[in-house]
Amino acid sequence: MLLIENLSKSFGGVVAISGVSLNFTPGSLTAVIGPNGAGKTTFFNLIMGTLLPDKGRILLGGENIAGLSTPEIVRRGIARAFQIASIFPSLTVREALLAAVNAQRQQHARLLARFPLAASRDRAEEIMHMDGLATKADMISRSLSHGDQKLLDIALALVLEPRVLLLDEPTAGMGPEERWHMIDTVQRLWQREKMTLVFIEHDMDIVFKIAQSIAVLNYGRVLAEGTPAAIRRHPAVIEAYLGTEYAAGRA
Amino acid sequence: MHTSSFLRDCLIALLILALLAALPMLWPSRGMSDFVIRLAAFGIFATSLNMLVGYAGLESFGHGLFFGLGAYSFALAMQRLGTSIPAALALTVLLSVVVAGIVGAICVRLKEIYFAFLTLAFQMLLHSLIIAWTPLTGGDQGLTGGVPRPPFLGIRLDQPYHLYLFCAGLLVLCLLLMRHIVQSPFGYTLRLIRDNPARATSLGINVWAMRLAAFIIAGAFASIGGVVMSLFVSGAFPDFAYWTISGEAIFMIMLGGTTLFLGPVAGAVMLLALNDVVTKLTEHYGLVLGLIILLFALGLRKGLADYLAELWHQRSAAPGSAPLPAAPFAEPSNKLSGE
Repeated sequence: MLLIENLSKSFGGVVAISGVSLNFTPGSLTAVIGPNGAGKTTFFNLIMGTLLPDKGRILLGGENIAGLSTPEIVRRGIARAFQIASIFPSLTVREALLAAVNAQRQQHARLLARFPLAASRDRAEEIMHMDGLATKADMISRSLSHGDQKLLDIALALVLEPRVLLLDEPTAGMGPEERWHMIDTVQRLWQREKMTLVFIEHDMDIVFKIAQSIAVLNYGRVLAEGTPAAIRRHPAVIEAYLGTEYAAGRA
Repeated sequence: MHTSSFLRDCLIALLILALLAALPMLWPSRGMSDFVIRLAAFGIFATSLNMLVGYAGLESFGHGLFFGLGAYSFALAMQRLGTSIPAALALTVLLSVVVAGIVGAICVRLKEIYFAFLTLAFQMLLHSLIIAWTPLTGGDQGLTGGVPRPPFLGIRLDQPYHLYLFCAGLLVLCLLLMRHIVQSPFGYTLRLIRDNPARATSLGINVWAMRLAAFIIAGAFASIGGVVMSLFVSGAFPDFAYWTISGEAIFMIMLGGTTLFLGPVAGAVMLLALNDVVTKLTEHYGLVLGLIILLFALGLRKGLADYLAELWHQRSAAPGSAPLPAAPFAEPSNKLSGE
């Protein structure tokens, strides 16, 4: 589905991503882990066209999308949610989703029609139900709890009906209860929508609970990739990142 | 439901128009009808600026460019080309669309302060052009000699009540159209961009194109404000294109508020009334006005209409209950009659 080949990016003299090659198979659920500054968010920014790669190819269903603009990449089926929830603070949940559905359907420049478009309503309601925000539809986004703001961010990505969904630390800054609620939601969405899901995560309990495969980044390079069981046993990963707590046999 | 909200807006517009039409009978005063005509010019102008500031998040300091352009273009078309009033109006709007397209294409790419000052620079360019091109514009004396007002469709703008009703009608019509635009899918796309342009981009929205469209639409409406002003003074003056005219529109939306659709109109009422009262009492108009603006900025921290609307929401929300189905932009405001 998403094939990364030899992707590289430097900022001035600082190498952020260097020769990264990864394959995300259709319908897979992959965790990207690694220490702070390993290049995980930069990796997402390169896939989304927020940053232009210096080198390498990003193949989505066989088509190279490296160098395309973000809206073009979005139209080809990749969407993301952000580490710090990126929402529309002054709109209600429903308004934001209705407007996003309009954008996804290329109806967002219509001047003569009245908002909301009747045709967009069902889809917006469906997404709110999928994402668990239906009871908060009329709340102003800025007044949502931290966890709900992250859910709204994901809902905005879901509007785009992505084939590939990138989640940048979906549980960042959440308490334990919110965190597991979020993970349940993510897992349910992944099963239901049958999309290819890639998420960045620091909490290893979560990673080892839901990930089918894991890619470890360190200093902008792929340190290891494989099944959770293989990663637990990987000596370099244990040394660089996991420590002994999550090493095979202990957890 | 969405059709009915448009019908509701139309009904409110008709009601306001009927009230304005009856006003000279109830309160026959030259001062009153002049006030309404000036309000028409500035109400259209300030509301068009608020489409940029309040809805699209584009803080233009040079919106007066289109007010001045509208006044001069209309007056010149009437004087030099001898066209009918509707033709001159159409020509003016068309010219503003072209100019806004060019200026906007250059400006809307830029970030906040750069955008603000570049729009101001374009406005001052027009002002300098007006001052320098004396044979066409009359230079710093302004465009004198009167604007001809040939009758059209039975409307005789040389008669005071006809002029009054025409300007009030333009005000209500422009407000209705702008209201419809900000409540359209396009209007909500502007809100997305105002709130979070990066996120709007990642939803696949071409932010630049949407901002440019908003800039062009706002410029076109601002020029209609200029047309009303030109009809009122029967000419055009360089002041209409000076930076202070943009400043007045900014004051109006600060006084009235940016979140309610009619906030800028309320602000226009306040500023024009203040202007009339204060200039009668003292020569230090700027000082008094400055103090009042400070009071709003430091005291209320928002426009009066926004402040009252918030108060109203707090009153009607029972304590401890779930948050209101608050729709900050969706509710029409009746503040015009309440101010």
